[in-house]
Amino acid sequence: MALTAIFFYLFSTLALASGAAVIVAKNPVHAVLFLILAFFNAAGLFILLNAEFLAMLLIIVYVGAVAVLFLFVVMMLDVDFAELRAGFIKNAPVGLLVGGVVLAELIALLGARVIAPTPASSVASPIPQGVTNTEALGQILYTKYIYFFQGAGLVLLVAMVGAIVLTLRHKEGVKRQSIAAQVARGPKTAVELVKVKPGQGL
Amino acid sequence: MPETTSFAAALPEIILAAGAMGLLMLGAFGFSDGEKSDRAGWTAILILFAAGVALLGQTGTERVFNDAFISDPFARFVKLLVLAGSATAILLSFDDLRRAKADRYELPVLILLATVGMLMMVSAGDLLALYLGLELQSLALYVLAAFRRDDVRSSEAGMKYFVLGALSSGMLLYGASLLYGFSGTTSFAGLAQAASAPGAATNLGLIAGLVFLLVGLAFKISAVPFHMWTPDVYEGAPTPVTAFFAAAPKLAAMALLARVLFDGFGGLFVQWQKIVIFIAIASMLLGAFAAIGQTNIKRLMAYSSIGHVGFALVGVAAGSAAGIEGLLIYLAIYLVMTLGAFACILAMRRENGPVEEIDELAGLAETNLPMAFILAMLLLSLAGVPPLAGFFAKFYVFAAAMKAELYGLAIIGMLTSVVSLFYYLRIVKVMFFDDAKPGFSATAPYVRFVMIAAGLFVLLYAVYPAPLVEAATAAAKSLSL
Repeated sequence: MALTAIFFYLFSTLALASGAAVIVAKNPVHAVLFLILAFFNAAGLFILLNAEFLAMLLIIVYVGAVAVLFLFVVMMLDVDFAELRAGFIKNAPVGLLVGGVVLAELIALLGARVIAPTPASSVASPIPQGVTNTEALGQILYTKYIYFFQGAGLVLLVAMVGAIVLTLRHKEGVKRQSIAAQVARGPKTAVELVKVKPGQGL
Repeated sequence: MPETTSFAAALPEIILAAGAMGLLMLGAFGFSDGEKSDRAGWTAILILFAAGVALLGQTGTERVFNDAFISDPFARFVKLLVLAGSATAILLSFDDLRRAKADRYELPVLILLATVGMLMMVSAGDLLALYLGLELQSLALYVLAAFRRDDVRSSEAGMKYFVLGALSSGMLLYGASLLYGFSGTTSFAGLAQAASAPGAATNLGLIAGLVFLLVGLAFKISAVPFHMWTPDVYEGAPTPVTAFFAAAPKLAAMALLARVLFDGFGGLFVQWQKIVIFIAIASMLLGAFAAIGQTNIKRLMAYSSIGHVGFALVGVAAGSAAGIEGLLIYLAIYLVMTLGAFACILAMRRENGPVEEIDELAGLAETNLPMAFILAMLLLSLAGVPPLAGFFAKFYVFAAAMKAELYGLAIIGMLTSVVSLFYYLRIVKVMFFDDAKPGFSATAPYVRFVMIAAGLFVLLYAVYPAPLVEAATAAAKSLSL
């Protein structure tokens, strides 16, 4: 137990510290790298909770795809971060006010939890005994939660269609790949036999 | 429960989703280039019609997918209206987008997918289903708002809608997570148990979760104080898309709000009634007063729709079967009036493009008397002048509010109605008494058809209101009050 506690504090301290570093880092590339560190620590926390599937998902999806995409965006787009930060400082009082209100609400909620301890005794899908949680998720994802699964699939489809609608432009005069033409290409059209006379070259 | 019954209850949604995917394939590979968007549009209308037929074939109340999907008379009533609203929006889009050279086959596909989301919202019996439906609908709407991507205003509208919509989704999800944390369930039935348990009224977690949920939903129906995006998005989006925004998604979100409040939080009625009353009064006041200074007719319609959301919420605040009945009738009549008014706005077009300023309507009675007459009827109906349909819509919700002894709410509603009459009458005055400007160019046949149909409905509703009232009465019974 002590070991778990040590790791819990290690992961959560590092996660909080790197989360703060994401905001204060001057160099945007460093900020993204700190973000990745924060993701790794969150994954560590998931493992401590015996949710190894979520931990792997976090690494694969967030670190592997999302953070790398961020890195590309940060490096490729010419965003003036100094200017953005100036706006940040100007709007900081309003942000602090809103943040303070939400924090006060959260504290009130925490108080309510102590005063009226009605914890979630009836969890929607408790983990069945004797299987890993990856297997447990697999057992309900395509059966009990098929409706949500399909719904989420449609949301992703809309995102894909939307991205194409808003950005794809068909330019005139651009060479495009035609797979049919490539496949239909045979030796007759593709290969030309030239008799080269000795000593003359082509 | 055998799988076959599960699928039968969701047949309209399945038809729409499969149809949208099929249409995407047809658009990419099937249709020839020239008539692509027209054919896609007609196919989409056909798919919506097929879903409507499947919907009419259903009876009784069915709960499937572990209570996440409810098919009852209430859901079917709203779903039919949503399907009709989507089909009409596609009908209105043909001519306008072709002239703007933005007629691409993705528009009907996105409208179909948004409609699937709306049907999921209306049938939601679970917080997860609620969120997925809402997000499916909103994501498609963000793209539709920015559909004319070469137009700065359209892109701006899409961006604004997206950023603020993401914020509201965040609020909604935060509320949902609190609700799950304090009740241990995401289904409305389970939440209803938690909300009616002793001590629920002092359970801050439940109430805070409910408030955040309401904030998210109030944003989607553009109720005050979460309305800021509405005028800009309405003005910037392509007009047929604005017509779609003002009609179907509002209906679905209102139905979802009613469902989650009554089926999920009936036990906390006293708590949420105050919030709904506040939102209703604020929306009615803002809708009445902010619209006075508008010169752009699309912005004016945005404020008008904010006001109408307030009126419809009066029915929710009443918390009775009569209130829900009023809400449903209100939504049905509002749908027809809005689509009719937007058909008229689409008809405002001269040789060098569409016009949107109210002054451009000057002297319309001289150049095009039938259109001026229909638009005047629709505007007066929106204001709630008897004997037009809009009067009855307001009458039902205010009568329910009076019966629930919410006299203050009903009186404020009537007064704001009178204020809003001022700006609707101003347009009528511009049309009938100002010096004539050059006439508009010929209106596309489908737009004219929608205009005339809506005009006839608001004019003749008083003659034979029985079918709508009966259907609404039957539908209202299926919510637990």
